[in-house]
Amino acid sequence: MNNNIIEVKNLKVYFKLKNVFSKGGKKVVKAVDGVSFEIKRGEILSLVGESGSGKTTTGKALLQLVESEYDILKFQDEEIVLDKKGLKEFRQKAQMIYQDPYQSLNPRQQILDIVLEPLKVNKLVDNEAEGLKLAKEALEQAGLKPGEDYFYRYPYELSGGQRQRVVIASSMIMKPKFVVADEPVSMLDASIRTGILKLMLELKDKNDLAYLFITHDLSLAWLISDRIAIMYLGKIMEIGEADTIVNCGAHPYTKALMNVMPKPGIKRKGLRDVLEGEVPNPTEIYRGCKFCNRCSMAKKICFEVEPEMKKIGNDHFAACHMIEDSAERKIHECI
Amino acid sequence: MKLLEVKNLKTYFNISSGQVKAVDDVSFDLDYGESLGLVGESGCGKTTSALSIVQLLPKEGKIYGGEILLEGVDLAKLSDSEMQRYRWNEISLVFQGAMNALNPVQRIGKQISEAIVLHHQLGNEEALKKAGDILELVEIPRERLMNYPHEFSGGMKQRVMIAMALACNPKIIIGDEPTTALDVMVQAQILNLIEKLRKEFKMGFILITHDLSILAETCDKIAIMYAGKIVEMAEAEELFSNPVHPYTKKLISCFPDMKGERKIKEGIPGTPPNMIDLPGGCHFAPRCEHATDRCKQETPCIIEVKKKHYVSCHNWEVINNEQ
Repeated sequence: MNNNIIEVKNLKVYFKLKNVFSKGGKKVVKAVDGVSFEIKRGEILSLVGESGSGKTTTGKALLQLVESEYDILKFQDEEIVLDKKGLKEFRQKAQMIYQDPYQSLNPRQQILDIVLEPLKVNKLVDNEAEGLKLAKEALEQAGLKPGEDYFYRYPYELSGGQRQRVVIASSMIMKPKFVVADEPVSMLDASIRTGILKLMLELKDKNDLAYLFITHDLSLAWLISDRIAIMYLGKIMEIGEADTIVNCGAHPYTKALMNVMPKPGIKRKGLRDVLEGEVPNPTEIYRGCKFCNRCSMAKKICFEVEPEMKKIGNDHFAACHMIEDSAERKIHECI
Repeated sequence: MKLLEVKNLKTYFNISSGQVKAVDDVSFDLDYGESLGLVGESGCGKTTSALSIVQLLPKEGKIYGGEILLEGVDLAKLSDSEMQRYRWNEISLVFQGAMNALNPVQRIGKQISEAIVLHHQLGNEEALKKAGDILELVEIPRERLMNYPHEFSGGMKQRVMIAMALACNPKIIIGDEPTTALDVMVQAQILNLIEKLRKEFKMGFILITHDLSILAETCDKIAIMYAGKIVEMAEAEELFSNPVHPYTKKLISCFPDMKGERKIKEGIPGTPPNMIDLPGGCHFAPRCEHATDRCKQETPCIIEVKKKHYVSCHNWEVINNEQ
């Protein structure tokens, strides 16, 4: 038993594009292309990447919300059974928090119904009194006190921060062990943000939760997570402890991201070191490293052979041909 | 003479449930080639300030007082048709969602040249040629004039928006959250571009954003807004190294600093106020840990506490001495 909540090996999600104008030659978008990681009990792993890098799709695939292929997908050290019963059980223990609290709440439902819906769907509550008690608990746990004050309100009566608390309450009412949080604070104002983050950490400690935290903001990921995985075009480029990634990220893409991160309060000298070009089209088929055409260190091999994920330090992995030689030295520098 | 001087601007909205003082007694100025950052949370009046300057307020909104002096001319007193000459010629705007701001069924070239034709009385062909020049300025090849918006990526669309804003060589560009919907890498590209153009043409630039972290490296000075008022204004480095107003301090601490300690800071208790029913006295008083009875009754004035450092707080001396 190695105490993993989620373990996934070689996860792939391919979307087939339908082209109505031409027959044959269907294009395939490799949204997630061979992603492996594990999340331990009570751990937070952040997935960081630009839009279109496959962060959200990875999260959805883990919860079996999109069709996917994989070699291994284990939840609490057991393979997930993909029949109706198995999925139902799995989904009670694995929940999702969505990005936009303005769109993820049904505007015509009262808060009580929103919070109780997961229990009703799973037929876990039979009488009304018990439902009210559980809903009150869930809302108060999410920082909406007193809970019964919110029961008969509609989402439009609440502020953005309060709405996100309702979203959290309704996913926590199932007492999950694993939560995929997809940009849970990116729609919220800075002053509200810290409150929600604190709440999420508090719930983690209390309920022994594990999070997959999806964000495009590296500084936020660093702030709250134990480990960070950097994604680019459906692949994990580098994964390691939060401090390691931020302070001695080895992959050229991680370095480029760190370089353009605004540093609060510090005047930048000269222009930012930006990567040339744009994220390439995911429908095209590449042979080498997915990052090669924007990488300043790329050599011939990068265009031909796709790099394997390799260990470059303590709990620190990266997929790049160019960091082999200097890796050992690097780690010393970092410590 | 300053390029732009906004003095005691008051813009209120009259809606069915009451009057919203979206911008209440706001003053700032901008010099040639200078950049000013307006920051605050949603609903604090940043965008309304910008729309007031170019007189593009929705019909419920009206300027109730104050002056907007562009090289000495008060824009607030101009009629609609007179204002039209200033818009795009002297001041232009880059809006937030580039994806939604472009017309999806019109070629990019046509959309950029539209402003040139209107303002410079040029023929279509000449205008298109100029549009091509501007497109190259924002690092997009001129062949793409004939493309439609869907053929561009998000970052390129935002660059097209900047190109449109540059079409008539304005003296001031106002960017209303110009990079908010974009990725960090694209954001860096856009900010680089704006910086380069600003220096090249000595343009004034007003950056409106809720993201404090990008301001220090982009702007010369920063104004922090809260509930329709500027609570603190100073040069960028001064503001970050010596913040005085309790709101500014809290706001800065809300943004993680990757060089510092890895800990979630306190945050600001409570929620931003309801703009229809603002708390009396200092609007921040209900969320402020230093608030006294005086704060709840008397609205603080904005005063210069140090050279070029303005704060609107009754207790700034007490708070500062505590440190």
